[in-house]
Amino acid sequence: MIPLLAQSTTIPPLDTPNVEYSAMLPALILIGGAMLLLVAVSVVRRRPPWLWTAITVATGGATMAASLVLWFDVRDEGARRIVADALVVDGFAVFFMVLVSVTVILGALLATPYLDKEGFGGPEFYVLMLLSASGAVVMASANDLIVLFLGLEILSIALYVLAGFNPRRMESREAAMKYFVLGAFSSALFLYGVALVYGATGSTNLGVIRAFLASNLAPNGGVLLGGAALILVGLGFKVAVVPFHTWTPDVYQGSPSPATGFMAAAAKAAGFAGLLRVFFSTFSTLRLDWRPAVFAIAVVTLLVGSVLAVVQTDIKRMLAYSSISHAGYVMIGLQAASKEGIAGSLFYLLAYTFMVLGSFAVVTTVGRKGGDANHDLSAYKGLAARRPALALAFTVLLLSQAGVPFTTGFLAKFYVISAAVQSRSYALALIGMLSAVIAAFFYLRITVLMYAQPDDAGEGVRRLAVPAATGIVVAVAAAFTVAFGLVPSPMIHFARQATLLL
Amino acid sequence: MSVGGEWYLTLAAALFTIGAVGVLVRRNVLVMFMCVELMLNAVNLTFVTFARMLNDIGGQSLVFFVLVVAAAEVVVGLGIIVAIFRRRVGATADDLHLLKG
Repeated sequence: MIPLLAQSTTIPPLDTPNVEYSAMLPALILIGGAMLLLVAVSVVRRRPPWLWTAITVATGGATMAASLVLWFDVRDEGARRIVADALVVDGFAVFFMVLVSVTVILGALLATPYLDKEGFGGPEFYVLMLLSASGAVVMASANDLIVLFLGLEILSIALYVLAGFNPRRMESREAAMKYFVLGAFSSALFLYGVALVYGATGSTNLGVIRAFLASNLAPNGGVLLGGAALILVGLGFKVAVVPFHTWTPDVYQGSPSPATGFMAAAAKAAGFAGLLRVFFSTFSTLRLDWRPAVFAIAVVTLLVGSVLAVVQTDIKRMLAYSSISHAGYVMIGLQAASKEGIAGSLFYLLAYTFMVLGSFAVVTTVGRKGGDANHDLSAYKGLAARRPALALAFTVLLLSQAGVPFTTGFLAKFYVISAAVQSRSYALALIGMLSAVIAAFFYLRITVLMYAQPDDAGEGVRRLAVPAATGIVVAVAAAFTVAFGLVPSPMIHFARQATLLL
Repeated sequence: MSVGGEWYLTLAAALFTIGAVGVLVRRNVLVMFMCVELMLNAVNLTFVTFARMLNDIGGQSLVFFVLVVAAAEVVVGLGIIVAIFRRRVGATADDLHLLKG
């Protein structure tokens, strides 16, 4: 006993890192909002149906406010690493925090009418959404491969449940199953990549890895490249690039439409946050090795995404393939491996978030009966006659996705392709434009269905009701798409300022 | 007699490959799920071996993160599997064929 006590006095105090809570505020607010919902459901007796939505939207708003404060803080004080270098606060991370809070706000509004009609009274959907978003925020600010993995899992595990949120629909459960098996598989691949990179460089910290690679020429080349390749594959699954896209159409089709919209926006943003940071910043000395791989992935993603979208008859599957081809454009920005390329990718993700959330809001409304009864393209016949405003907004969103001028979608494509040209990736720029031409076909087909086709629904069909919350999402998305398509400079400035801390 | 680190890495790679191939070829969802766990544990073995070779305690502590995440995944995964296959006889992935195109 006595020797043990004597020994204990010689043990130095445990060195705990300084935790800057203020810089972690966006993630903490999202988690706090989720906890608040869980407490509220058991404490509050009279629960108006809008309470959960209000709390979620308020949480999203607070997250955005905290992120904007952080944005100006980073601009004035400079980017920095926090919590023993495990996290990083730079313009890039804060950009994604803002993006995720937008996704939370619009996603909550999108889910409200769906949950009402399907009879889900509880706050579970919102809780899962907020927790998933906190994972996305952690991924965006991760400065360590293990922290990136933790963020990825926090994001994904909540999304698996969201995909299977409607247990009455067999499709929803099947989507959850498929998403779960392939998601867990890709996480394991990612993690093995982390282990190999750790073995080759001696650290999982992105800054240390970067410094190590800069000072050591091709150490343990095979192990390091194998690790980098597995990380690319693992994150490629999450952002749905070809050939790791096979789960996407099934999961997008089977999941409840609001969950699909949230998943399409949040998972893609967070996955690309990790992909861009790890490859552009950490593995920048390996770019001769990874650029050809990213080139090949971008080419097949662009082509497969747009060609297979043409043959779909289900709107959600079509949007799934269209989101695959969008991922290809973001990959063009990464392949350029330049500041312009990264800024282009960020602008693309910003434009994509609004387009995809707005599109899924329309799909949820037209899908009737909660939002998943009818997703056949024929449901859009003559929509312009029945619901002119909704049809107009959807047209704007579709044209933007196709890349028609005066929309954010056009500028987004323009910036990534011009970054590719600047980096002398002419072939990729050409394929990007070719893919846009193919993609224009199926976006225009829906537009034509809405405007030119007669409504064969007949008189007996109930009038399509557009809930107020859905209307807000569609209006905000369409307004953003047009407004910043006409006056793009604030958003381009935003994307350009969102630089990585190297 | 001591066994070199390379052998542990080879063993881990073999286990990981068995797991990966298992997920891709096996048709029973529970077996696929077990294969994912095998992959994660192969990663753990890799982490521990590298930590030993590099004389760095960090790699060993990473294993705890992986274990916790794997446990969380099991909870959600088994929940989904039970929700789907409660009314079915077997847990065969090929029975899930509503979504295709």
